[in-house]
Amino acid sequence: MVPVAWVLLLNLPAFAVLGGDASSLRDDQVHMNASLRSTQMPAYTIHELRTPAGTIVREFAASGGRIFAVSWNGPAAPDLRQLLGPHFEDFQQAAAAQKTRGPRGVLFIQQNGVVVQMGGHMRSYAGRAYLPDQLPTGMRVDDLR
Amino acid sequence: MKFPIPLRFGIASAVLALVGLQLASCGGGSSPSNNMIPPPTSANNVQPVVVNSGPANNYVNGIFTSVTVCVPSTSNCQTINGILVDTGSYGLRLLSSAGGGALTLSLPQQTSSGNPIGECAGFVSGFTWGPLKTADITISGEHAGNVPIQVVDPTFSTVPEPCKIRGVPENDTLQTLGANGILGIGPFAQDCGSQCTLTGMSNPNWYYSCAGSSCQVIPMPLAQQVQNPVPFFATDNNGVIVELPAAANPVPTLSGSLVFGIGTQSNNTLGVSSIFPIDASGNFSTSYKGQTYPAFVDSGSNGYFFLDSNTTGIPTCPSNSGFYCPALTANLSAMTSSGSVSETINFNVSDADTLFSNSANAVFNTLGGPNTGMFDWGLPFFYGRNVYTAVESKNTPGGVGPYWAY
Repeated sequence: MVPVAWVLLLNLPAFAVLGGDASSLRDDQVHMNASLRSTQMPAYTIHELRTPAGTIVREFAASGGRIFAVSWNGPAAPDLRQLLGPHFEDFQQAAAAQKTRGPRGVLFIQQNGVVVQMGGHMRSYAGRAYLPDQLPTGMRVDDLR
Repeated sequence: MKFPIPLRFGIASAVLALVGLQLASCGGGSSPSNNMIPPPTSANNVQPVVVNSGPANNYVNGIFTSVTVCVPSTSNCQTINGILVDTGSYGLRLLSSAGGGALTLSLPQQTSSGNPIGECAGFVSGFTWGPLKTADITISGEHAGNVPIQVVDPTFSTVPEPCKIRGVPENDTLQTLGANGILGIGPFAQDCGSQCTLTGMSNPNWYYSCAGSSCQVIPMPLAQQVQNPVPFFATDNNGVIVELPAAANPVPTLSGSLVFGIGTQSNNTLGVSSIFPIDASGNFSTSYKGQTYPAFVDSGSNGYFFLDSNTTGIPTCPSNSGFYCPALTANLSAMTSSGSVSETINFNVSDADTLFSNSANAVFNTLGGPNTGMFDWGLPFFYGRNVYTAVESKNTPGGVGPYWAY
């Protein structure tokens, strides 16, 4: 017999997170079975999810609710298909097409108005994905942690 | 197909001879067995390493060595060159011939309820996929018996969905891995650790029981996970030292040593090195211009990866966008610290597009690039510095691991 919660997960529609609106946040929370905490900053809101595997996912929402960045940090790599939404396939192709003599130990993909970065090491993964054109005025990339 | 790396190791010929004898004593390959030499009273603990472009000729700042593996408790062995030496991961992974690698030796498959066990191991910029096997491992004069390792094999079962959704590429070929394997000799004893012993959504989805092409996540006890071979050694088992000389910039190759043990022999004393204990995630701290970041020391990262163009004022390269390209060489300074111990590191970053203009070169001590909110002291940090990695819960003259010292 399939547990009820699992059925719910399978029935979730495909949705956006990066570039999506606040409703996608709820989808993320359900999908990752995560706890949620929100922090209001002057120009944006940080919604912080903690996944059962111990990874912190932060989603940065503009005043209108639109999510312009996500970041993660913790012992398990997150479900990037979930976090990147419609940008996932593009990212995956670009990451697989990395040129030779390139960076090893980090990932830096910049294309079609999306930047995806990953760093860390085995057992400690950090990353962020953002829409550089949509960062609130004055916000620094280094704030996306 | 094999791509032997050039043997330009700067090691005394006596040591090389000893390595040869130790490998021959395993009985593998075409080397004649030699049983006339008595074993040394303490193990030869020095393994030659070389920095070059690797067996696929597509790496920069890659540090490689050779490893001998045997079917456990037999003399059926194979020596494999072009193995990446990685202090940022834990455990031995060998690329199968099916993936274009050198490994042809058939090693025993580990099973769960009769099904083969596969692993999707998490690296930052890719994952390795393939079966869990066991091997006897010989590196220099050090032996590790019956060690769980990963064989990297793109033809094994089918890559499961929870592995694909990490989004990073599958590094299961010689071109994508850039090496015939990875020797993970970082500060932890297992690759995944306690997280992989858990069930349900707390499990990070590394280990699978595979029936045909269908793989299901399974919890994995610590002792059955892929293991750092160093704690398995009879002696010199509390850590390693990566020793590389200072490098001219740029050059084609650089030779050095991987020394096993910390304070166990006259050639691996701590000396005046500062000791930096690391946290449960394998990190310490680095401060740059008043901001503090989680940080780590990683021979498997091929540059200094830190911050971003916005924060450093250094643009990324027009051609190699994952690296920095300052107009003039940037002279930088950051403070590494753990608890009350700290040390300021001065380092330089120069234009990667220019550094790469001569494809014969593979050693670059000024190679840097952007990162997320972590500070990654990659291989250039090791040039001209002896870097000690103490394994978790192991005693050393500098205290109990895990720590880094330099």
